[in-house]
Amino acid sequence: MKDTYEPYVTEDGRQIGGVLMEMKNITLRFGGVVAIKDISFDIREGEIRAIIGPNGAGKSSMLNVISGFYHPQEGEVWFKGEKRKPMKPYQVAQQGVARTFQNIALFEGMSVLDNVMTGRLTHMKSNLLQQVMWWGGAEKEETANRERVEKIIDFLEIQHIRKTPVGRLPYGLKKRVELARALAAEPMLLLLDEPMAGMNVEEKEDMSRFILDVNDEFGTTIALIEHDMGVVMDLSDRVVVMDYGKKIGDGTPDEVRSNQDVIDAYLGVSHD
Amino acid sequence: MPDQLLFGMEVALNGLMAGVLYALVALGFVLIYKASGIFNYAQGVMALFAALTLVGIMEGQVPFAHLINAIFGTKIHHLGTPIPEMLDPDVTIAYFNTEGAGWISWLLGGIGNFFIWPINNFDIVLALIFTVFVMIALAWAVQRFIFRHLVNQEPIILFMATIGLAYLLEGVGELMWGAEVKTLNVGLPRGIAEGVESVTEGWFGYGFFLSRLDIVAAVIAAVLVTALTLFSQYSKQGRALRAVADDHQAALSVGISLNFIWILVWSIAGFVALVAGVVWGASSGVQFSLSLIALKALPVLMLGGFTSIPGAIVGGLIIGVGEKLFDFLMNPIIGGATENWFAYVLALIFLIFRPQGLFGEKIIERV
Repeated sequence: MKDTYEPYVTEDGRQIGGVLMEMKNITLRFGGVVAIKDISFDIREGEIRAIIGPNGAGKSSMLNVISGFYHPQEGEVWFKGEKRKPMKPYQVAQQGVARTFQNIALFEGMSVLDNVMTGRLTHMKSNLLQQVMWWGGAEKEETANRERVEKIIDFLEIQHIRKTPVGRLPYGLKKRVELARALAAEPMLLLLDEPMAGMNVEEKEDMSRFILDVNDEFGTTIALIEHDMGVVMDLSDRVVVMDYGKKIGDGTPDEVRSNQDVIDAYLGVSHD
Repeated sequence: MPDQLLFGMEVALNGLMAGVLYALVALGFVLIYKASGIFNYAQGVMALFAALTLVGIMEGQVPFAHLINAIFGTKIHHLGTPIPEMLDPDVTIAYFNTEGAGWISWLLGGIGNFFIWPINNFDIVLALIFTVFVMIALAWAVQRFIFRHLVNQEPIILFMATIGLAYLLEGVGELMWGAEVKTLNVGLPRGIAEGVESVTEGWFGYGFFLSRLDIVAAVIAAVLVTALTLFSQYSKQGRALRAVADDHQAALSVGISLNFIWILVWSIAGFVALVAGVVWGASSGVQFSLSLIALKALPVLMLGGFTSIPGAIVGGLIIGVGEKLFDFLMNPIIGGATENWFAYVLALIFLIFRPQGLFGEKIIERV
């Protein structure tokens, strides 16, 4: 891996994108508890970047820092070559960062279609007055967004439940609807918080396939969190490994797999 | 048909019209409660404040006149002549004449009069628009100075804040527009009430009497509810509004600003309060007891469910019809004034047997 911000091509002919997001020396504390300790890493365009680590390693906190739900005490977040000011989560979303949640945060009372449509909100430009009067392109906009959403629904194979209220769906399908909503935003960066958690083997395979397809077909940059190492290694281009809030490894799946610190963290070597 | 039955039907119909007003007030509660979990005790005072503002503007009153006079020693009260001429409700020029005609012509004439009303009363329409802006400003101020600082607080704290807001708003209303009872005269479109009377006369040999104001209120409420439903189902902001009502965290993650949605919701509730205030104020004068209509909405909410817009409407109608009919049937037996307590007893029964109301979400807690 070359140390450059620009896109380049490796010796074996693989395309490597430019740096999309960079975390610089992030430290996050909750009172006296240090959740993230001085971590730096970058996410490159077009890659699948995994953040792994045992439970309580600070992975979810890191994702929450990226998506603006937490604000680190120290460190900088750089996005598209610019230092990001402290932002509210909805502002981060408007910048083109979409996410899913570990415990699924869907709009339970709304239909699948409506849920996915909310993902398009950042793309709707007409103002309140135009919306109320249904004029000035408001209708055209709704139709165009609707078409886009139908495509994503097709892509994730959830046509059969389009009109079903989300509250009635089983867990695995809810996870897929959440992915659809995030995708509908056409994000530059897609954050997935434990996309495979609580799924059976078959559902995990489906989800892995969808993540790879999304990356392939839409070219979406994906950062995901998992604690199941097996799935991650097959899926991702590069992996950050965290343990007790610190970064203990960073590199391709092969590099990480042979890293002694990582092996220790996962096998539970005593820290003395 | 026996007279007693016809009379009962008339009572029920009148109850339906009264129920529309209860539904309107309850609707304001439901909107805010759904989107932010705040039980807004100040909804009734908002209706009063809106009606006061409308009358104040129509009469060309100077806001805070007493305060200004006290500080600067001036003697201002009104801005020259009252802006709109006070209308005599019986002025019929330019209205469709609907007397002595068949039902088609009274229907067409009645509907036509609804469209002619804003042309004839353009000044009132202007005052209404101005009042809407005042209510939007109020929504912004409420969010900016009170609830923005109370995010993530316990529901009981939010509730206490709305009680504070209610009395604050009552005080501000009095300071701005004075404490005397005002009459609100909006020159209602006419025709339908007379039409109902003449048609039922023809059918049953007994003309149903409906108040013109009640009919107008029912029509306005129907339009308002339809518009709100369309807005929340098919517009971008409506969808965002439903999203916020459902899950704050998820709403943030798709790029919705909670602050904006809350201001929007308070504005809509303010608009609904304006409609309720105008209708109620037109029938019984704009006075400070108007704020007590909020208490009428409580049993409606218990009946219909705190989170359901259709629930607020159906609940309002049931209570309106129920209390009128109950009074009609039981008055000869147990004596008068059942209207004062009927709604609350009905609500109590509901609380015991169906605490989530008719349309509310069933409360299931996993252990």
